[in-house]
Amino acid sequence: MDKFTIDKMNLYYGKFHALKDVTLHMPENKITAFIGPSGCGKSTLLKSLNRMNDLVEGCKITGDIRLDGEDIYGNMDVNVLRKRVGMVFQKANPFPMSVYDNIAFGPRTHGIKSKRELDRIVEESLRDAAIWDELKDRLKKSALGLSGGQQQRLCIARALAVKPEVLLMDEATSALDPISTGKIEELCLKLKDDYTIIMVTHNMQQALRVSDNTAFFLLGEMVEYNTTDAVFSSPKDKRTEEYITGRFG
Amino acid sequence: MREYFDLELANLNNRLIGMGTLVEKAIKDAVEMITNGNEELLKAAREQEEVINSSENKIQNQCIRLLLHQAPVAADLRYVSSALKMITDLERIGDQAIDIAEMTQYIRNRSSVVNMTHIQEMAEQAAKMVTLAIDAFVKKDIDLAQTVSRSDDVIDGLFDKVKNETVELIHSNKELGCEAIDLMMIAKYLERIGDHAVNIAEWVAFSITGSREF
Repeated sequence: MDKFTIDKMNLYYGKFHALKDVTLHMPENKITAFIGPSGCGKSTLLKSLNRMNDLVEGCKITGDIRLDGEDIYGNMDVNVLRKRVGMVFQKANPFPMSVYDNIAFGPRTHGIKSKRELDRIVEESLRDAAIWDELKDRLKKSALGLSGGQQQRLCIARALAVKPEVLLMDEATSALDPISTGKIEELCLKLKDDYTIIMVTHNMQQALRVSDNTAFFLLGEMVEYNTTDAVFSSPKDKRTEEYITGRFG
Repeated sequence: MREYFDLELANLNNRLIGMGTLVEKAIKDAVEMITNGNEELLKAAREQEEVINSSENKIQNQCIRLLLHQAPVAADLRYVSSALKMITDLERIGDQAIDIAEMTQYIRNRSSVVNMTHIQEMAEQAAKMVTLAIDAFVKKDIDLAQTVSRSDDVIDGLFDKVKNETVELIHSNKELGCEAIDLMMIAKYLERIGDHAVNIAEWVAFSITGSREF
């Protein structure tokens, strides 16, 4: 079943046509990877999925983007959308507060006050993000003292704390060492049983290792979308072939 | 980096063509042994076998190195993995060509009454298939590869004829039992060479299209 459907979507930054007639249906409980050279529009598209572009001046979107069949640019409350669609960024951005408060921040914003309930959510989220064992004795310590890899997994735990349905990851491992990257990739594979994951990555080996489906973007156009195995073994479009084999880009 | 990779791929291509040429020579020598019984060729063919094995090792190492260093995808991945598979078939053809040459010599030394006509036809057909498969690889020609696949029926048909003739040979002259068995084995090796040629053709197709089917 499709979780997100994008149909004939166009996005403009003022006069600049950043995404051109994109149609893409992303299945539930799968990992979809967006690949393409810098400036191709993949991050722009990712941000459109939880309306992060709303705040960008001059940004205009046409076409249709639906989450479980519901138009996210229609009557959907943007706060509800962002609760359902969480996001993890390239650079880990823990809040300058304790590990515990980082995780509890979202649930508190959504009205949860019970300490017992918050304790449960913090533990569950950290366990889901495969970092509970490393942090269970440091819950009251500042999140800023964690390593880069731990900070990023903390941010994933923070995103999971509000029980989203979709997790957007914008080059979430590009600033991490191979061990931390490996942990997050394994985490993604585990999380897809419960979440739909959409990731932007410049690391093609990562897309190969982790994703089920891959979409290749070039100059705002979605050139090819297929199973990851098909895209990387027998791409249909010459431009995809040239990009993934390093002949341009 | 891409430039370096392209050079490595060109080098791999040349090595594969080289190995293909050696195998073609081995099978042509085996055909010559069947047709004219040239004993000098057997010695040369044994030396050739070592060169073929060494060539397989070099290509295999190069493919593994490219997989490790370049993590190829798309056409590059298909090409390197096809190369790895094809060299196994080429090496087997080389081995079987030697076996055929040795058994032919044995039969020729022991008996002159054994009819080799259909074996000769099989050998010519097998050699043709191998040559076509290698040509298909060199020219990246899927139609040529398909021709190899289709021509396998011819060699299978000849194999059945040799089998019937072998049964008749044993019935007519029980003293030729050993020769009859060798004859059957030569036929089987030639039939297998045809299968290896088809395998190579299928890997050529995979390298071009991503599917081993035509």
